[in-house]
Amino acid sequence: MHRFANPGRFLRLATRIQPWLKGLTALGFALGLYLALWGSPPDYQQGETVRIMYIHVPAAWMALLAYLILGLASASALIWRHPLADIAAEAISPVGAAFTLLALITGSLWGKPMWGTYWVWDARLTSFLLLFFLYLGHMALLGAFDDRGRGRRSAAVLALVGLINLPIIKFSVDWWNTLHQPASIVRMNGPSIDPSMLWPLFTLAATFHLFLLAVLIERMRTLLLEARLRNQRLAAFDQLQPGSRA
Amino acid sequence: MNAFSALLRRDLRLGFRQGIDALVVVLFFLAAGALFPFALGPEPQLLARIAAGIVMAMAALASLLSLDRLFATDLEDGSLDALALSPLSLELVALAKVLSHWLMTGLPLLVAAPVLGLLLNLPTALYPILLLSLLAVTPALSLLGGLGAALTLGARRGGLLLAFVILPLFIPILILGMGAVSASAQGTSPATALELLLALDLACLALVPWAMAMALRQVLR
Repeated sequence: MHRFANPGRFLRLATRIQPWLKGLTALGFALGLYLALWGSPPDYQQGETVRIMYIHVPAAWMALLAYLILGLASASALIWRHPLADIAAEAISPVGAAFTLLALITGSLWGKPMWGTYWVWDARLTSFLLLFFLYLGHMALLGAFDDRGRGRRSAAVLALVGLINLPIIKFSVDWWNTLHQPASIVRMNGPSIDPSMLWPLFTLAATFHLFLLAVLIERMRTLLLEARLRNQRLAAFDQLQPGSRA
Repeated sequence: MNAFSALLRRDLRLGFRQGIDALVVVLFFLAAGALFPFALGPEPQLLARIAAGIVMAMAALASLLSLDRLFATDLEDGSLDALALSPLSLELVALAKVLSHWLMTGLPLLVAAPVLGLLLNLPTALYPILLLSLLAVTPALSLLGGLGAALTLGARRGGLLLAFVILPLFIPILILGMGAVSASAQGTSPATALELLLALDLACLALVPWAMAMALRQVLR
């Protein structure tokens, strides 16, 4: 990990892989969306609304993965003071919040025809709403202090406290008997979904992973460049008026 | 331990010397709870069904009230620096602060809860379990609230931010607390929910002081 602790090295590497990553993501979206919207059959029970699943499920996975990344980045920022971990945590939380919101919105659009309601206070839905608030709290804490380092460390502690929510979300459908269906893809005895629906789902899930990575690297790059710009501006100010800034 | 009890005594004395301020939490708790009969209509059956939930939710809101000043006054007048230099470790300082918060808000809320229950037509059979459940809920509220106070210390708009950051963390506590009450209302044993609540209390007690000390060190640097 410490090989990449140098922001300059990270920036060079990111600049090199970013075009490939973005291209692959675009291809994946084209293929996955084609499969999901035209290349797969409608469900025998749910009809065409099942196509919401191809966005809803990967978005929910990404919301959880992004929080896991946030938690790990916060831990390594607090324990090892890894210079890129702070940046990664700051970069990932709006992305995770967006995925959480996407999962909540698509879920509620799917819930209306299937369950007859946009929202129920079911364990999975409630814990996901909690995840959304945790992301927003993290973002609010990040920007709440005049000292940026202070905000980052406070937000990191909050992110670690919120990690407890992840297993609760994952197992909420097994622990409580709820309206939200139990896991049907990652199960002991194989997925309970027909292969014709698994393919578009897996294609889009892989694409969502690529997309998450691409956005994360892009945002980290932007944050690093912003920091560099700020430092250069201060240095230029110092040269203009030497000694004016104690 | 001497320093710990000295700090606790100082905080309690400061709290009680403020006069009416010590009562504000209880007054807010009663006044906010009394809004519900006006907003929902005073039908006794409706109130009886939701009374326990209102008491629990208002307890959570009321315990937020004094949190933003838990460390802020000490930071402003420099006592926090003195405390950091004292032989008492910051973890124990944090614990003493949480304990004084619980003694000055959690405990009065327990006393005031039956009064609010009375106003809201709470069924007689539910008083013991509601009080027991509140007894287990309020320490967790004080501990997590204390963590929120330490994390947001010195932030712009500290109080609002504190509420926004900490309320989501209160949700699991409320779910378990109300789980015990509603299990008892349906005639089943509330033991599971109460045990989970106690486990949560103990886990918070074990972990929160360290996280608070970590946050306080950031302020003092």
